Amino acid sequence: MSGPIHIQPGETFTLNVGPQHPATHGVLRVKMEMDGEYIVKAETVLGYIHRMHELMGENRTYPQVLPNLSRLDYLGALGYTHGHVLAVERAAGIEVPERAEYIRAITVELNRVASHLFWFGAFVMDLGGFTPLMYAIEDREYILDMLEAVTGSRLTYCYYRFGGLYNDIDDEFIDRARAFIPRMRKSLKKYDALVTGNIIFRKRLEGIGPISAEMCRKYGATGPVARGAGINFDVRKNEPYSVYPEFDFDVPVYDECDSLARYKVRMDEMEQSLRIIEQGLDKLPDGPIMPKKKPKLIKPPAGDYYQAVETARGSFGIRIVSDGTKNAYRFKLRSPTYSNMSLFDEACEGMMIMDALAMMGSLDLVIPEIDR
Amino acid sequence: MIKDTVLQSLRELFPDPEPVVEEAAAESAEGDTAEDDKKKAAKKKVEPRVNGVIERDHAQYGYDIDVQLDPGELLAAVMILDKAGFFLECVTGVDWIKEEQLEAVYDFSRYDFDLCRVVVRTRTSRSEPKVPTISKIYPGAAWHERETHDFFGIKFDGHPHLVPLLLPEDADFHPLLKDFKP
Repeated sequence: MSGPIHIQPGETFTLNVGPQHPATHGVLRVKMEMDGEYIVKAETVLGYIHRMHELMGENRTYPQVLPNLSRLDYLGALGYTHGHVLAVERAAGIEVPERAEYIRAITVELNRVASHLFWFGAFVMDLGGFTPLMYAIEDREYILDMLEAVTGSRLTYCYYRFGGLYNDIDDEFIDRARAFIPRMRKSLKKYDALVTGNIIFRKRLEGIGPISAEMCRKYGATGPVARGAGINFDVRKNEPYSVYPEFDFDVPVYDECDSLARYKVRMDEMEQSLRIIEQGLDKLPDGPIMPKKKPKLIKPPAGDYYQAVETARGSFGIRIVSDGTKNAYRFKLRSPTYSNMSLFDEACEGMMIMDALAMMGSLDLVIPEIDR
Repeated sequence: MIKDTVLQSLRELFPDPEPVVEEAAAESAEGDTAEDDKKKAAKKKVEPRVNGVIERDHAQYGYDIDVQLDPGELLAAVMILDKAGFFLECVTGVDWIKEEQLEAVYDFSRYDFDLCRVVVRTRTSRSEPKVPTISKIYPGAAWHERETHDFFGIKFDGHPHLVPLLLPEDADFHPLLKDFKP
């Protein structure tokens, strides 16, 4: 299907994919120089929904920035707010009760499953299969209802507080979460039977869109993109934070480096998230969800702090440079899809356009998170 | 342990060890109590940090090695990290307006279980900010450097395509400078 082609200079034309194109899942534009259906050169153009969250982080106090973080990635928002509260807790030295950390881990993993489910549906739809999206959204809706009951919002959560949580979970949430696990396991089997073996699906992904481990390293790719290239890297394991060392889970790694490997990584990750949720519910300790002693005004001592977390899309980092006041002096967001997308220009050279778009889907892009 | 090897080779970049040792000692003393830290930080706020290698406590700061060097030595340090198998996490800047300096910050991390985060910093003058590009070594730095140029106006020497990435293509302002007025 694909293969090296002889490109004749002077016979190319420029094609704009986006900024309003369904395959880019947001306002992303790729300027492609095409030779027939083959890409000679691609240049990604960003910034269509750039909102300067980093400046907002500088001229607002730490609690005021909290809601901003969930606007970065509206599909896996809890992972990002988790990163922010952990960073500020590290800088200001705030202790977190164990129960709060367990609830954080449970909700983050639920959110990760919801994010992967939506990606799964949208990705298969990119490739021409509409039905799986309907199934995926049904399961995702179950999670969103569950999270809405405790957090108060469906997508842009602001559930974590410095030192704990806004709201404790109730028995209803626990029952629903317990009921969700067997239901989701059944669904995963269904998805596997429905999609993974499909001949059209495999022909469009197998061996296509190669992203090697060395390329990942040079571009700083993380998350499922790196794990699909045979790199066993997961911040939850490599740089443990929160209560993740308490859980027994595996990191799925595939070394085929193609789009199918990235698909398989995400599908396996959902099962691992279910395992974490299951263990979290079993081990959930009693106790307070906010610390007894907490500074009224958060003023981290002067210094430069960094915190990385594993979100649904990869390693998300926050750098807080504090000068000892209630506002951050510098507030840097290192978003995973930014690095993952930056390798697209190089990786798609010489590919056919529909293969490149399938590869773009396998990167799991969320544009507000790239543009920030 | 990769940390020791990297520390060793990074220290070799500073042939004159006198100020480095002094700085490291002062830093570790500062870390003892938070109040002490604050007092000292307030006292020497306008004095820029001396170049050198500092070992940091990962639990407190989130990284292990903190290097500050001249822009001229940046490529040598990055090449050491590239050879040791680090990946580039991000590039950003900090505006130290009181010290009349701009700082470019490079974060490196590892894929394996030998946890070691390295932060490389380099400072340049605020009036004519210029830092060599590392996109020849890490092509992924190209986007990060364009973003840093957008926000701070730091010119990355030798960058293949230094045009605005996140800001509009005709933007002539740098919003993260502390004296930026919208």
